Order: sequence, then C-alpha cells, then structure tokens
Amino acid sequence: MAEAEIKAYELARKQREISIAEFFEKNRHLLGFDNKRKALLTAVKEAVDKVFAKLLYGSKFHHLQQKRGQQGIGISAAVLYAQLTTGKPAKITSRIGQKEPAYYQELNIDIQGNKPEIIKQEQANWNKEHGTKIEMELEASYQKGLQSVDEYLKQTAIINPHVTIIYTSPKAEQEIYSRSTEQLPAEPKEIKPHPYGVEIGLLMRMLDNTTARSLQSFLTTEFSRVGDGTAKEICQNAGLLPGMKPAEATRIHAEKLMQGIEKTRIIAPPTDCISPITEALIEKGLRSVINAEFYCSTTRPPAVYRGNPFVIEAGIAYGGEIPADSSATILRFANRVPLLYQQGACSMTESIAKTSWKPYGLGQSQNSIPTGPAVILVHIASVWVPFTSEAKEALAHYPEIIKEIKLALQECGRKLGLYISRKTRTTRQLERASLFENYIPEIAESLSHLSGEQKEKILEQLKKILNKPEIRAQMEKDQNQDYDEKMKLSLEKGNQNEE
Amino acid sequence: MKSESPKKALIGLGKGIVQDIEKGQNPSIEISIRALSNVSFDKKTKKLLLGEKTSKREFFNAGHIKKFVQTLEVAKISKDLIDSSKHASLRDVFYMTKRTIQGTKINIVDEQAETDNAIEDLELITDFSREQLNMNANKMGSVAGRVIIEDKGDAIDWSKLGSGGWSIPSNVEEIEFKKVSAKYVIYMEKAAVWERLHEDKFWDKQNCIIISSQGQTTRGIRRLLQRLHSEHSLPIYILTDFDPYGIYIYSVIKFGSISLAHMAESMAIPDVKFLGISADDVINYDLKKHFITLKPVDVSRLKQISDYDWFKNSKPWQRQFKMMRDFNAKLEIQALSSRGISFITDKYLPEKIRKEELID
Repeated sequence: MAEAEIKAYELARKQREISIAEFFEKNRHLLGFDNKRKALLTAVKEAVDKVFAKLLYGSKFHHLQQKRGQQGIGISAAVLYAQLTTGKPAKITSRIGQKEPAYYQELNIDIQGNKPEIIKQEQANWNKEHGTKIEMELEASYQKGLQSVDEYLKQTAIINPHVTIIYTSPKAEQEIYSRSTEQLPAEPKEIKPHPYGVEIGLLMRMLDNTTARSLQSFLTTEFSRVGDGTAKEICQNAGLLPGMKPAEATRIHAEKLMQGIEKTRIIAPPTDCISPITEALIEKGLRSVINAEFYCSTTRPPAVYRGNPFVIEAGIAYGGEIPADSSATILRFANRVPLLYQQGACSMTESIAKTSWKPYGLGQSQNSIPTGPAVILVHIASVWVPFTSEAKEALAHYPEIIKEIKLALQECGRKLGLYISRKTRTTRQLERASLFENYIPEIAESLSHLSGEQKEKILEQLKKILNKPEIRAQMEKDQNQDYDEKMKLSLEKGNQNEE
Repeated sequence: MKSESPKKALIGLGKGIVQDIEKGQNPSIEISIRALSNVSFDKKTKKLLLGEKTSKREFFNAGHIKKFVQTLEVAKISKDLIDSSKHASLRDVFYMTKRTIQGTKINIVDEQAETDNAIEDLELITDFSREQLNMNANKMGSVAGRVIIEDKGDAIDWSKLGSGGWSIPSNVEEIEFKKVSAKYVIYMEKAAVWERLHEDKFWDKQNCIIISSQGQTTRGIRRLLQRLHSEHSLPIYILTDFDPYGIYIYSVIKFGSISLAHMAESMAIPDVKFLGISADDVINYDLKKHFITLKPVDVSRLKQISDYDWFKNSKPWQRQFKMMRDFNAKLEIQALSSRGISFITDKYLPEKIRKEELID
C-alpha cells in the first residue's frame, strides 16, 4: 500500500506536534521547495490551485471530496517560504461581491502558534467585482522550460477550459489563455471513506475522533457502504465485539479491524462523487492552447482502486504545429493540476509506453513513448489521488489505474488511427494520380521512339485514358484493397498485444 | 510469332502498345512468367521448358507502372543501340536508364538489378537474346587449353596467354574454332581453383580445357561450353563445391535455368557430367574434418533442389542429396588442399577422370 499516504498522515500529525517552521526546514524538499527554481513554481502552483478552487486550507482528513489540494499545507507553506526567505508578509486583497467592499490584509505565519497572524487589515479600493489577490515576495529563480511557471500555466489552461489565465512574466511578456467554455465543472460530492481505502493511521485517527459509542455504529456512521449487517460481519471477521467503545481501541485493535475489513465483502463505493472534466471540455482545452490538426478525448467510466473511486480521462492532439520528429509530448494531470516533475516515475508515463501505438499511426519502439506529432494528455480525477511521494509529482503504479489509463488511451488511439488512416488514404489517392501523370511523358517518349508515332499524340491520348472513370475506379479499387488489408492486419496485431 | 529481326520485334512492341492507347484501353504487355510454377522439364530433350503462363503488365496500375516504364525504357535503348550498331554492357544500360523524372522524386530505376530484369523480360517479349538486342553482360571467367580460335580476325592460342588465360566475352557467337587438340573440358565454379590448375599446367599435362567463372555461370560461358561440346564433341565435366548451390550450377548448365528457361533451348547441354565434389569423394578422400555445418537456408535450398522434376527421379542424385542431409554439412573444393597444395592436380582430378567417377 502506498507509502505516500502513510507518510502524508504522519506529516499531518507532526504538523500538530512540532513547530511548523522546524517542520518546514526539515521537509522543504517534500513540499516542493527544494531549490529556487522549483520554489517559484510551487508557490505559484499552490496559489493558483488554492485560489481558483476557493480553498485556503485543506480539510481532507475528515472528508473525502475531490479537490485540488491534498494535505492542506501548500499555500501556507508558500507564505512561510516567502517569510523565511525575504521576511516580507503575504499581501492579500479579497472581495466577495459587488455590494461588498474589498478587504486588504497583510499576514505572517505565527511560527510558534502555528496560525496566521494578521498584521494589517483594512478596506481597500479595488476595481474587481470579486476575487482574491495574493502577493508574496520570495527568493526564487525564474527559468523557462518544461518545468517552468510558463509551462505550468499553459497546462493549467488546457485542463481548466472554464478559466481565463492572464500571465505576465518577469520579462513583461503577456500570455492570455481565454476560457473556451462557460460551463463550470460540476461540484464534486462529498463522501465518507470506503473501508477498503483506509490506512491504519487514518483508521486510528477516525477511532479517536468519532462520536460513535460502539464499534458497530462507528463503522456504519463513518464509512460509506457499511450497514449494520456489514458492520457486524467486519467485527466478526476481526474478532472484535460490535459493542466495543471506539475510544478504547488500541493500535492492535485497529490492526485487527483492518484485517476484518479485508476479509469482508463490501459493495464498491459510490462513484458519483467524482467530477470528470468530460470529453468535450478536454478537447476544448487542447484546442484552445495547442495548434494541431486533430483532437480527440475520452472519459472512462468510474473505477475503483483500494476502495477509492477514480475516473481516467485522456486526450490526444495530433499534427499541425506539433513537432513530428521527436517523442510525443506527455501532459499529466491529477485533479486538474499539471504534474511537471518525475515524468519517468509516473504510472501515466508507464501506461503510455506500454500501449501499442503503431496500429494507431504513431511510431514506437518497444515499450517506449510513441514518436510523432502528438500531445498525449492523461487526467486522473479521484477523491484520493495516490502519488508516489508527498511532493505530488508522479502517480503511483496501481494495476487498476494503469489498466484504466491504457483503456482510455486505446479509445483515443482508435479515433486517432481512424483519422490518420483517412488522411493517409487521401494523400495516397493524390499521390497515385500524380504518379501516373508523372510517368505519362516518359512512356510517351519511349513509345514514340519505338513505334515512330508522334509523341504529342500519344501523350494526349494517355491523359484522356487517365481521366476515364473506369480507369480511375480501377486505380481506386487496387489501392483501397491493399490499404484496407494492411490496416486490418495492423489493427488485429495491435489488439492482440493489448491483451 | 517470332519477328524476323530484333529491330522489327522492338517496333512491333511499340506499335502494339500504341494501338491499345488509340483504342482508349489501359496499355499492357504480355510476358511469360519466369518462375518454377511456369517451368517444366521436357523428358525428351532433357531441357527445361518455359510454360504458357503469362502475366499482363499494365500501365495504369500502381503495382505495374514502374516495371512497365522500365521495360519500355530498355526497349528504347536497345533500338537505339541496334540503329547505331553499338553494344552496351548491362551496367551501361543501367546508367542510360537511371534518371529522376523532372519535378518529382521518382527515379526510373534505382538499382542495376531492375534494368537487368527488364532486359530479361525484353528477351521474353521479343524472343531475342540480350546479345541479339545489343546488350552484353560483363566478361567473366577464364579459359586455358590447347585450342586456337579466331575472334574478330585475331588468332588466339588459349595455351599461350600467360597467367590470366583468355577472358570469355559475353557473346561468343562470332568466334571460330581453328584448332582444338584438347580431349575434354573441366568447368569449375571457382576462379581460385582455376588458378591452381593453371599454375600447375593441369590442362597441358592432361590435354584438356579448363574454364571458370566466379559464382553463377554466365551465358557466354554456357554458350562456349555448348559450342565446344556440339561442334567438337568434347565431354564436359563440372567441378563445384559440395553444397546445394554447386549442384544448382551443374543443373543450370545441364538443363537450363529457371529464370532463363526461355534460353534453355540454345544453352542447355544435357550431356554434361558432374565430376565433384561428391559425397563419395568426402568419404574416399577423408575430407569430413573440413565439413561446414548446413545453415537452415542451405537445408531448405537442398530440399527445393531435390524436389525439382529433373532430379526427383534420379537415384544417383537423390543418394547424393540424402548423404548431404545426413552429413548435415557442406564442403568447399579447396578443402582438397589440406592434402597438399597440388593434390587436386596430381591425384584427385586424374584419378576421378581415369576411374570415370561421374554423376549424370
């Protein structure tokens, strides 16, 4: 089971026990502040994620709801990083509506008390109807490239087509990503955790915090898909009394309870709590940012890994201005957040490499990223996205997730394959006709030489024959036959590879 | 219907196609298929015979167009050569054909194999040999022996040509045998073996003619062998490696070649005999230690050859094939050198010929 999650909970617990500053100093690499370049990206990222999701702190430990943050330490870490490197407070301007005044705050993190400390608060003149503005000064370094703020914002625009991003870089260059849809993403529903998804750490905390008086009522009230019958069965399988007081449970009891859960058959969690971006909007996002000639996308039905529901979505942009002579570009997203680091360690990358792309018209050497003018997008939406580490950079390798990603990629691949094959066919038709046209003067020359007839006459007559419908039809038939057979063969081959 | 002359045949080819075009039809050429499926063995003449199967090569057909154009291209070159009474080598023809169509990336030909093939097709279409179409293969192969010939007015003594011997031209129709004292001919697959025998003056000691080529036997050599046999009744013995390809060289000289079955009539020499290296030689001369294991491709070639109609009912040959399969090995002529550099000259060949250890 994911080490990442266990660590996340431990981190959270530590967060209460030790001074936040000390924690930060020890863990800055885990939080994405390991170097100056990354620090800038992380600060922007946390601000964007939190502000646009209208969240200033995470609250996931008690509620499972698909949100952008996970541990609720991101933006405060950014504020803290700024404070530690420059000593300047964060400046926040906020207005909730046209009729309300805007407020301006300056705040520091109270390191001892581990809470925000408001230094200054006043009404302000702000010409925005509503919104939030955060200003921070921090020590960082600005660079372009694959893991830059620029790239992060570009990808954020793709995956959030309902958002307009206006970005002014330190070099005063302005980039505007306008929203391509007015449709807001559906609000995710809140659900209780499913027993299969809990870790020992979380289970112990839940046992600590519950108001339930008995183990049985703890199980029915704190978890989804657990009724009285299932709760009793779990207790029986765990060798614990249903009437036991949760407050008295020790680590050993919790472990037994885990075993009991494992042995019990429980219905899969509800999946309507996930809000995917949807096919149409993924395509819109790709269209608005990437200049290609073909776009397609897929949203898979919800699936479950370890009791956590998730939805995989994929999209492909092909051709146009995308460079053709290198590997396809991979865009990875988790809950609408771009993943820019650790591409190689990510199960999305692995799934792409393990999908056979040749039948779909891309180049590929065995088990590697396909080549060709393509951008491949993968998005996972889940109440709990399993990352390989706390820095939330790469998706963990669950077989259920990899399977879903591959299925999504194959669905997109088939659409892409159809497009490429149609395109190839059209080009081939044109090539074929011009092939004959090119050869006509050559043949007229040699025939005139052999037979003594006039070259011009032979030339004209050959051109007439070329345009005869029955000759055209014959050419068409010849080429479609061999082309269709080739395509069929390669698809069959490909499908065999795909289990 | 065979035309009176190559030139008339070429004009006929052009006119036929122009007629198609005038009728508004897809212009096409009929060509006999040159493959085993269209070759039969004539038991009476003991020669390969090209069958009746033909394929139609069309201009407005993406799969045919390139060959169609290449065939007419070499036909045009042939007509030019005949008109100007010049001869071109196969390589020349390749370069005369090679060019890119203006404004495209299409090459008329990419490799010499394509023009070589087109020329062989043209032989079938016109029913004239490439030499008659004024296109010659490269000179390949040497000959030495007590023979005097006349070629283009020059008298040439095959016994007085130093270390290189006489190089056999592609077209030997014009040469005239003035004096032939030699009693038989040995044709060998390998030039290196020829040089051994020449240095040892084998042809002088045994009063014979030694001829070699490098690898496959050229038509000039085949025609020369045939003329020595038919005009001077010299027996012809074949010396090759002990492997499927060596046996096929023998097969081509004796019965004709599959891809040139149309030439078998004028080139095959049903009386030639196989001298060695035979499976029995391997045992008699204790050569097993020089075996080279057969590769899968050798094994499948051996299978093909043993299934040919002209070998299928030959007991001596089936015995040879079986022994080769059982050995699972092949052997080079030069393995004889392990018994001494001139073992082949002093012992092997004289003994084989004296005992008449020949396979028919």
